[in-house]
Amino acid sequence: MTIETKDSKVVLEAVQSAVTRYGASQDELIPILNDVNREIGYLPGEALDELSRLLKVPKSQLFSVASFYRMLSTKPRGKHVLQFCESAPCHVAGGREVWLAVKEVLKIEENETTPDGKWTLITTSCLGVCGVGPVMMIDDDVIGNVDPAQVPDILAKYQ
Amino acid sequence: MKAIRSMVLVSSDAQSIANGAKEVYQALQREIAAFGLENEISLTMVGDVGRHDASPLVIIYPEATIYGPVKQEDVHYIVEEHLYKGRIAASMQAPVRELSGKIAWLSARKGTLPAEQRIVLERAGVIDPYSIDDYIIHDGYQALAKALTDMTPDQIFDILEASGLRGRGGAGFPTGTKWRFVNRAKNDKKYVVCNADESEPGTFKDRLILEGDPHSIIEAMAIAAYAVGADEGYFYIRGEYVLAQERVRKAIEQAKEMGFLGKNIFGTDFNLELHVHAGAGAYICGEETALIESIEGKRGEPRPRPPYPTTNGLWGKPTLVNNVETMANVAPILRNGADWYRSFGPKNSPGTKVYTILGNLNVTGLIEVPMGITLREVIAIYGKGMKNDKTFKLAQTGGSSGSIVPAILQDTPMDFDSFSNAGVALGSGALLICDEDTCVVDLAKTLLNFFRKESCGKCNPCRIGNQRAFEILTNISEGTGTLNDLTDLMNLSDNLYQLSNCGLGQTAGAPIRDILNHYRAEVEAHIRLKVCPTGICPMSGKKI
Repeated sequence: MTIETKDSKVVLEAVQSAVTRYGASQDELIPILNDVNREIGYLPGEALDELSRLLKVPKSQLFSVASFYRMLSTKPRGKHVLQFCESAPCHVAGGREVWLAVKEVLKIEENETTPDGKWTLITTSCLGVCGVGPVMMIDDDVIGNVDPAQVPDILAKYQ
Repeated sequence: MKAIRSMVLVSSDAQSIANGAKEVYQALQREIAAFGLENEISLTMVGDVGRHDASPLVIIYPEATIYGPVKQEDVHYIVEEHLYKGRIAASMQAPVRELSGKIAWLSARKGTLPAEQRIVLERAGVIDPYSIDDYIIHDGYQALAKALTDMTPDQIFDILEASGLRGRGGAGFPTGTKWRFVNRAKNDKKYVVCNADESEPGTFKDRLILEGDPHSIIEAMAIAAYAVGADEGYFYIRGEYVLAQERVRKAIEQAKEMGFLGKNIFGTDFNLELHVHAGAGAYICGEETALIESIEGKRGEPRPRPPYPTTNGLWGKPTLVNNVETMANVAPILRNGADWYRSFGPKNSPGTKVYTILGNLNVTGLIEVPMGITLREVIAIYGKGMKNDKTFKLAQTGGSSGSIVPAILQDTPMDFDSFSNAGVALGSGALLICDEDTCVVDLAKTLLNFFRKESCGKCNPCRIGNQRAFEILTNISEGTGTLNDLTDLMNLSDNLYQLSNCGLGQTAGAPIRDILNHYRAEVEAHIRLKVCPTGICPMSGKKI
């Protein structure tokens, strides 16, 4: 695996700026974790250590929150994250075939990262854009009305 | 000051964007400038206006003319004809949605799309969501002024109870009564919370309300806070709804500047501060006690109830939690009265309901109609029939925790009581319409997969029961199920219902019960004949 891990300076800066933005209080924990995750791509152990120190909350408690929510990740992810909606409305509208096409192109299974570190494939529950199912989300782009035949072209746009 | 004579809106839901809404918007900017009209015409991207059959749409006010689907190259003609010469470009107009005549009490009003009755979505897609002035011009903050200066809390509860408004999150609890409970709870600190953690698969009504008309919910929150005696409130908006969060934050700022939030609102001694709290991706946080835990910065695990949030909610204080759509009904009821509200829909569930219609239909999208219309009407009128002329087999209502409604119930009025008498649930307003090619085993497997992943894991019946039910259904779909499995599934479904701590586990068994009640022969075909009648299931002979 060649996933790059972020150096500690970047991690600490991201944590500090999020804590400054929201205030050092446990009530603001989820917004803080959200921002750090967005900035770094995941929540490294170092980030949780620093947060534990700043918020005066045990790391175990931070980890329990960080591992609970779908949008937060405690493991490094690939350069691009493909979230595939596997809820019933997309499934019925043809999601089944799209899912097979995605796996065919990326040659990985759910929760795996490609050997070159470019793609991480995860499934998600509803993304709230069900009118245009089947839907998948690549990084921050929501892509609707996906046809299995378009999948290679869609993925090729991400370098 | 600029005098704006026309307002041009461009739809910007995902489908419109995919069909070129951004390019149309840019072309409009260019053309309006080319005709020298930029000081007389305002141009805005609005959210979803519910007409997915003709997107992207360009809507021009004050005439309320709807053009669609508009292509980049049509823009010059529309601007020249409509905005420069002042004639409606009839050839570009969106096709009119026809009335069947079957539902005579649906009134077509100017400015809204025909055959719908819009109360909560009245302004969505009509006003600029970033403009508080637009909201005020459209009767905004009148209800708040009336409540604060003219009405006692008890009068507010009375009018809400008289209107018959019931919670739109799925449970249908009378709203006025819930407010009264929080008001009666004795404590010097209380909270109001708007539940916008809309994660029910197939439901996106709350997103459209917040994106299209954020001030209507702020106004309702302020009325609620005054009535129950709270001075602080939270919007809990799901993490994926980035645009809704941004628009609500902006709207809160504007309301503060105008004095509708903050200290001494309308010169009274009522104060209110509102915050936006974004979720981080967890279906369970739509459950009110899990939502409260999440605001407190913890894992979203539901609390045992009772005590209910009405007495022990956020940080242990009495807390009112209402769904976005419920809140959106409050100001219209206060402005127009309970009798007006009761004139829509049936006697026991008055008002309108926003449905998201999805699945194997010709037109999918969002509609707001009076309570009590039937599935047959939804499919024929709003969905414009089944896709590829297939036969309607079943509808899955209310996202994952709703029911599987078989085609034989398609003439049952969709209101809380009629549905519950028929043994099915209305849920949160998603209608997933499935055709004859849908396999019930595959559908139930998909739904149970959702529950097993979204279960918070706090209580055993839900964590283990959903996993086990998913495994059994997977075996059936692979052709390795046994008839004993069906008994096990029914037991699991009962145990989930009776033993789970919260609504997620309690409703998770519903799809199993529904397919075995209505489609047992099809399920047994997978086991006895090793055949999936629709040819969807893999039937590979694998066993977990």
